Amino acid sequence: MALSNVLEPAGSGFNFENSTRNIVLENGSEEGKIKAPKPMKTGTTIAGVVYKDGVVLGADTRATSEEVVADKMCAKIHYIAPNIYCCGAGTAADTEKTTDMLSSNLTIFSMNSGRNPRVVMAVNILQDMLFRYRGMIGAHLILGGVDCTGSHLYTVGPYGSMDKVPYLAMGSGKLPAMGILEDRFKGNMDLEEAKALVSDAIHAGIMSDLGSGNNIDLCVITKEGVDYIRPHRESIYNYKRQAKYKYKPGTTPVLNKTVNQLELVHETVQMMETAGSS
Amino acid sequence: MCVCVCVCVCVLQCCRSAAVCLCSSARRGLSCNGWSGTIMAVEFEGGVVIGADSRTTTGAYIANRVTDKLTPIHERIFCCRSGSAADTQAIADAVTYQLGFHSIELDEAPLVQTAASLFREMCYRYREELMAGIIVAGWDPRRGGQVYTVPVGGMMTRQPVSVGGSGSSYIYGYVDSNYRAGMSKEECLKFTAEALTLAMERDGSSGGVVRLAVVSEQGVERQVILGNQLPKFSTV
Repeated sequence: MALSNVLEPAGSGFNFENSTRNIVLENGSEEGKIKAPKPMKTGTTIAGVVYKDGVVLGADTRATSEEVVADKMCAKIHYIAPNIYCCGAGTAADTEKTTDMLSSNLTIFSMNSGRNPRVVMAVNILQDMLFRYRGMIGAHLILGGVDCTGSHLYTVGPYGSMDKVPYLAMGSGKLPAMGILEDRFKGNMDLEEAKALVSDAIHAGIMSDLGSGNNIDLCVITKEGVDYIRPHRESIYNYKRQAKYKYKPGTTPVLNKTVNQLELVHETVQMMETAGSS
Repeated sequence: MCVCVCVCVCVLQCCRSAAVCLCSSARRGLSCNGWSGTIMAVEFEGGVVIGADSRTTTGAYIANRVTDKLTPIHERIFCCRSGSAADTQAIADAVTYQLGFHSIELDEAPLVQTAASLFREMCYRYREELMAGIIVAGWDPRRGGQVYTVPVGGMMTRQPVSVGGSGSSYIYGYVDSNYRAGMSKEECLKFTAEALTLAMERDGSSGGVVRLAVVSEQGVERQVILGNQLPKFSTV
């Protein structure tokens, strides 16, 4: 079936091309058994709120690799389309790749049809893909955007379930964030109120969850355009590096130096037949 | 039905194709996915009354407390979804597509039995991979209001009143003792609201608001009964 948004429709079922390679690597030589790397989870607080003129999305910026903070300024609000942005929680690689693929699909669709994409279309494409992989792709996403039908906020789970709600929090810090949202959400808020609400919800997640932290990013989407505020609120624990860690030239003594000139031995030129010459 | 089966296979490969090969032995646990509450449907003269609670849970967390489990499949055919949220949404979308295609080919409104058969085909064929309990209810010009239940496993049977979901176990007694044939639309609405309230009182996976809909020749009327407006029973 031809689809206007994908170049190649995906085959059904899983793709296990790399599993034999992985088995060989893991069981390989007796001395050098290679362990498979653990997937990096983001340990996140993300939230979204629909207000009078559009949608406000928020996220913290900490990416953890078990107990170490891998990235202090991770960007969790991903671009999908000029009017649609997506916050991702769960396995970092899965959310990155999934949102990249979604963004590419929607660009192809825009070029084929000449229309701006709708948020509900992005949700449907995500559902199709995540359901097909039956939960193996650990992507918990919050999609928000403004299109010709209005402002929308959706969540898509890793198994392909979808919910449409006016306010939402996801990630490991969702319980404290949801508490703030449930307490203070009202319909038709204005911009400053909505930004303060999302920012406070993420802040609650940062304070009460070990996996969330550092700065707060906000993304405000309206009919007129997008305001990506990164960072909206910076962490008060902003340690500056105490010294430079670069070694000065001469720190390591040079014992010997040889220079090998590469000689040009032989050069050939081959003309290519290109179409449309006449 | 041949056309529908071909479309069925092609749709499942293009839309939400269940990976048949490898996950058949692994049954997903309740904590992985949305698992939903209580659904009910009742036939009356001239149409059907359908109702559901509004809670979706992932483990002990309520992921959505205002879910709409009454999904339109066609103009006068609805399905009530219970079980895994992802599975039932995928099946409902696939059947909506197939039924719409079928209705355009025939150039007339589809029968409720056709919709129920499409659900049954999918739920039975992929029974190992899916966790879906669905009640299909609607009105068509040939046979009036009908309720078909397609529980987990893929059986299909027509019943005058049907309940489903995890909360249904607590209200079989109430439904069996209070249902009478020939109730009016208002009596059916009251009966459904009370049964769902009783289920929501006792079942942890059911709660929130009660969503009701009446499907008849005139169309669809939807209503919501908020938490503080639910019928009150004795608090023992």
